[in-house]
Amino acid sequence: MIRALLSDDLPRSRVLTLVLLGIVLCLALAPFLFPGVRTVDTAARICIFIVLVASYDLLIGFTGIVSFAHTMFFGFGAYGVAFGLIHLDRSFWAMGLGAAGGALTAACVAIVIGLFSLRVRAIFFAMITLAVASAVAVLFSQLSSITGGEDGLTFKLPRVLGPAFKFGTETLDGRLFGVRLNGKLLAYYLVFFSAVLLFLGLLRLVNSPFGRVLKAIRENEFRAEAIGYPVIQYRVAASCISAITAACAGALYAIWLRYVGPETTLSMEIMINVLLMVVIGGMGTLYGAIVGAAVFVLAQNYLRNLMGAAATLMQDIPILPQFLSADRWLLWLGVLFVLSVYFFPSGVVGRLRRS
Amino acid sequence: MSSEPILELVGVSTDIGQYHILRGVDLNVPANTVTMLLGRNGAGKTTTLRSIMGHWRCHEGRIFFDGVDITKMPTAEIARAGIGYVPEHMGIFSDLTVEENMRLAAIQGPIDSARLDWIFGVFPALKTFWRSAAGTLSGGQKQMLSIARAMIEERKLYLIDEPTKGLAPAIVTTMARALNDLKRQGAAILLVEQNFAVAQALGDYSDVMDDGRIVWSGAMSRLSENAELQQKLMGLSLAGS
Amino acid sequence: MTAAPEPTPTIVRPTSSEQIAPYTPLALVVLLICVGYLAIGIPSSWLTLTLSGLAMGMMYFIMATGLTLVFGLMDVINFGHGAFISLGAFVGVTVLLELGVFSESPTLWLNIAAVLLSIAAAMAVCSIAGWGFERLVVRPVYGSHLNQILVTMGGLIIAEQLIIVFWGPEEIYFTRPEMLKGSADLFGATIEKFRLLVVSLGLGMFAMMRWILRQTKIGLIVRAGVEDREMVMALGYRLRLVFIGVFIAGSALAGFGGAIWGMYQEVITAHMGNQAMVLVFIVVIIGGLGSVEGCFLGALMVGLMQNYVGFLAPKFALLSNIGLMVAILIWRPMGMIPVVKAK
Repeated sequence: MIRALLSDDLPRSRVLTLVLLGIVLCLALAPFLFPGVRTVDTAARICIFIVLVASYDLLIGFTGIVSFAHTMFFGFGAYGVAFGLIHLDRSFWAMGLGAAGGALTAACVAIVIGLFSLRVRAIFFAMITLAVASAVAVLFSQLSSITGGEDGLTFKLPRVLGPAFKFGTETLDGRLFGVRLNGKLLAYYLVFFSAVLLFLGLLRLVNSPFGRVLKAIRENEFRAEAIGYPVIQYRVAASCISAITAACAGALYAIWLRYVGPETTLSMEIMINVLLMVVIGGMGTLYGAIVGAAVFVLAQNYLRNLMGAAATLMQDIPILPQFLSADRWLLWLGVLFVLSVYFFPSGVVGRLRRS
Repeated sequence: MSSEPILELVGVSTDIGQYHILRGVDLNVPANTVTMLLGRNGAGKTTTLRSIMGHWRCHEGRIFFDGVDITKMPTAEIARAGIGYVPEHMGIFSDLTVEENMRLAAIQGPIDSARLDWIFGVFPALKTFWRSAAGTLSGGQKQMLSIARAMIEERKLYLIDEPTKGLAPAIVTTMARALNDLKRQGAAILLVEQNFAVAQALGDYSDVMDDGRIVWSGAMSRLSENAELQQKLMGLSLAGS
Repeated sequence: MTAAPEPTPTIVRPTSSEQIAPYTPLALVVLLICVGYLAIGIPSSWLTLTLSGLAMGMMYFIMATGLTLVFGLMDVINFGHGAFISLGAFVGVTVLLELGVFSESPTLWLNIAAVLLSIAAAMAVCSIAGWGFERLVVRPVYGSHLNQILVTMGGLIIAEQLIIVFWGPEEIYFTRPEMLKGSADLFGATIEKFRLLVVSLGLGMFAMMRWILRQTKIGLIVRAGVEDREMVMALGYRLRLVFIGVFIAGSALAGFGGAIWGMYQEVITAHMGNQAMVLVFIVVIIGGLGSVEGCFLGALMVGLMQNYVGFLAPKFALLSNIGLMVAILIWRPMGMIPVVKAK
C-alpha cells in the first residue's frame, strides 16, 4: 500500500526513512503533540513550503532549469483564494473557485514565459522569470484598489474553518486529548492533507514516463532531442505543472493565514528561501523538499534565538557579535547554501541515500 | 624516419564523454616536411590535432614538441611554443575585421610588413577586404584568412585541418601554393586532407588513421604508387587519382 | 607568373535592407524618443524626461556592461552582480560623506572632485571584491549554468548580509554635494544638474570602453574571445587571465554604477543592487548577451521607457519594460545585437 502511495519511489535509506517518518508524524500530529499557536503555525508553514519546494524541485531538480517566478505563481494561488472569498461569498465553493482561477492564471503565464524563453536558451529563463516576477510583485503592490497594495487583503474563511466554529461539544466535551476541537484545527488538517495529496501527486508524476523523459532531458538535452522527444514542450509542460502546484500551495497559505500581501506571497525573499530549501534538502529527489522545508522553517523560527544567545555571549569581542546577531541568520544559511552546492550538490537527501 | 621529429605522439588516447576516440596514436612529424594525416571520416584525425593543441586532453600517452613534453601544457603555452593551428571550422572571428584577425594572430608584436606583403602576394583577396568584417567573406576567403592568420608569424609547426574542404578548384591551387611556400621556409606541416590529389602533391610522408589508431605510416610516394594499398586503407571514396 | 588563375573575388553588394540592419537598434532608440514626444505632448516635460531617461540609461549601461561581457567571454552568468552595485553605493557614499569639506564647499569643481573620488574608491573596493568573488564563488562552477545561478545567488545573499554587518540594516539617507543639488534651466526644461553629470560620465565611459574594445589588443582579445574562446587560446593567449581581468573590471563598473545610482537616489540600502538587477537583466537580454553596444542601446531604451511611462502611467513603468523586452525578443530572439557564437 505504502509502496503504491509513494509510486515505488521509496526513500532507500534507513536514516532518511526515519527522518522523513519523524517529520511527517510530527506534522500529522502537530496540534496534539505541540499545542500552541506558534508551533502549530510553524507546522502549517512547513506543510505548505514542502509543497512549494517540491513543486520547485520538479523544475530545478528534474529539468535543470532555474525559475525566479515561482513565488509569483504561489502568489497567484493566494490572491485567487482571497479574491474568491472577498468578491463571491464566504463558501468552500468560492474558495475552490478562487484557487482554481489562480492556478489557471499561473498555468497560462507559465506557458507563455516558457515558450518565450526556453525556446532560445535555458539561461534566459532565469533572467526573464526574475524580471517578470519583480514586475508582477510591483504591480500587485501598486494596484491597491484591487489587491490592497502593500497592506494586502484580509478575508474571512468559510465558517467551518474559523476558530469560532466548535464541534464535538456533546460527545467529547469539545476536546480531544486536551486539544480544543475547533475550525482552526480543521483548517490545519485541510492544509496538511492537501499538502500530502499534492506531494504524492508530484511523486507519482516524476516516477511516471513523463518524469523519466524529464530526467533524460536533464542528463543530456541533445540526446533526448535526437531520440525524438520535443524537449521544449516537455520543459514547458513541467514548468506549467510546477506553476499549478505552486499556486495550490499559495492557496493553502492564504487559507492558513487568512491574509494575502505582496511581502508574504510574492517577494523575492520567499523565492530565495525556496531556493535555499531545495538546495539544502537536495535537488532532484522530492524528498529533499520535506527535509529542506522542515530544516529551513525551523531555522527561521528558532535559529535566531540561538544566534541571539551566542551574540550576547560574545558581546565583548568587536564585530563578531554583529555576525552572530539574530538578524544575521540568513548570512549563515547563505554560507551553508554555497557550501552545499559545492560539496553536496544532492543535498541532505542525496547524502543520506548514498551512505 | 630520417630526420629528427619536431612533433612526436606516443600512445595518445583521448576520450570524449564516454567514447574512446583515440586509442593509442603513435605519430611522428619530421622537421621541414609535410606530413599528411589521412583516413576516413570519424577516424580521429581532427581529434588528434585537437589533442595536440590541448583542446581535448588525452588521458594516456605523451606529446612532445621540439623535444619538450607539452602533454599537460595550457593551450596558450602550446601555441606560443611555436605551433600554428588552423581548425576544421576555420576559427575566424567574424565580428572582427580581416585586419583585426591578423593583428590578433601576431602574438609577438605588430605585424611584420614584409611578411604581410608576402601573404598579400599569395592571397590578394585579403588585401581587398582588409578592413571588412571577416564574417562577410566568402567561404574560400575565410579559409584563406584562417591560413594567412597562422602564417603571419613564423612557426615551427603548422597543424592544418582540411584546408581545401568545399573549395573551388582554383582556390585549392592557391591554397596548395601557400602551403608549399611555408614548407620552403623550413616549417613542418601536419595536414589533414581528404583530397587525395592535394595530398599527393604536397605530402612527403603520410600517416593513415582508422578507428583511433595509425594503421599505416610511410613515405607519401609509397602510398600514391600503390592503388591497392590506398583502397585497403581508405576505402573507395578517396582512391580517386 | 602564376599558373592558376587568381580567383576573382566576387563582391556581392549587400542589399539596402542588409545595409540598414546594423543601424536598426539605434533607430529604435530614436523612434522611442519620437514616440515619447508624441505621447507626452509638452516639449519641456518631454525634454526633462528624455534627459533623465538618458541619465538613467547611462547608469544601467555602466551597471550592466560587466555582466554582459563576463557572460560573452566565459559563458558565466553572475546573479550576484547586484551585490557589487550595492557595495559600490555603500563605499561611494561613505567616502562622499567622509569628504564633507569637499562636498559642502560651494565650488563646483571641488564637488565634482568629491564625486569622482568616491566613485574611484567604490571601483577600487569592488575590484578587490570582484577578484575574491571570482576565485571563491565563480571559479569552481564553470561550465554549469545551474550551479552558477545557484552559487552566485548564494554569493549575493552573503554579500548583502555582509554589507548589513558592516553598515547596519537601516537605509542611509544623505544629500548630494552643494553645487550638484537642484536643477538648471535648459530650453525651458528643468534638468537636474546631477543628471547632466551622470550623462557625461556615462558617455565618457561608453567612449572609453569602445576605444578599449576597438583599438587595443586586449580589446581585440576580449571581442574575439566572446566569439570563439578556444581559437583565442589556440592563437596563444591565456584567456583565463583576460577573463579574470574582465570580471574585475565588470565588478568595478558595477561599483561605479552603484555609486552614482546611490548618489542619484540619495538613499542606499543593501538590497538596492538586487533591485536594480531586474532592469539590468532586461537591458542585457534586450541588447543581446555579450554585446557592449547592444547593452548601451538597450540601457538607453530601458531608461527612456522607464521615464516616459513613469510620467504617463506610473504604475506600469516596470511592466512597460517587460513589454519592451517581449517585443524585442519576438523580433530578435537573441537580442538586438545578437552575438555570433562559433559553436
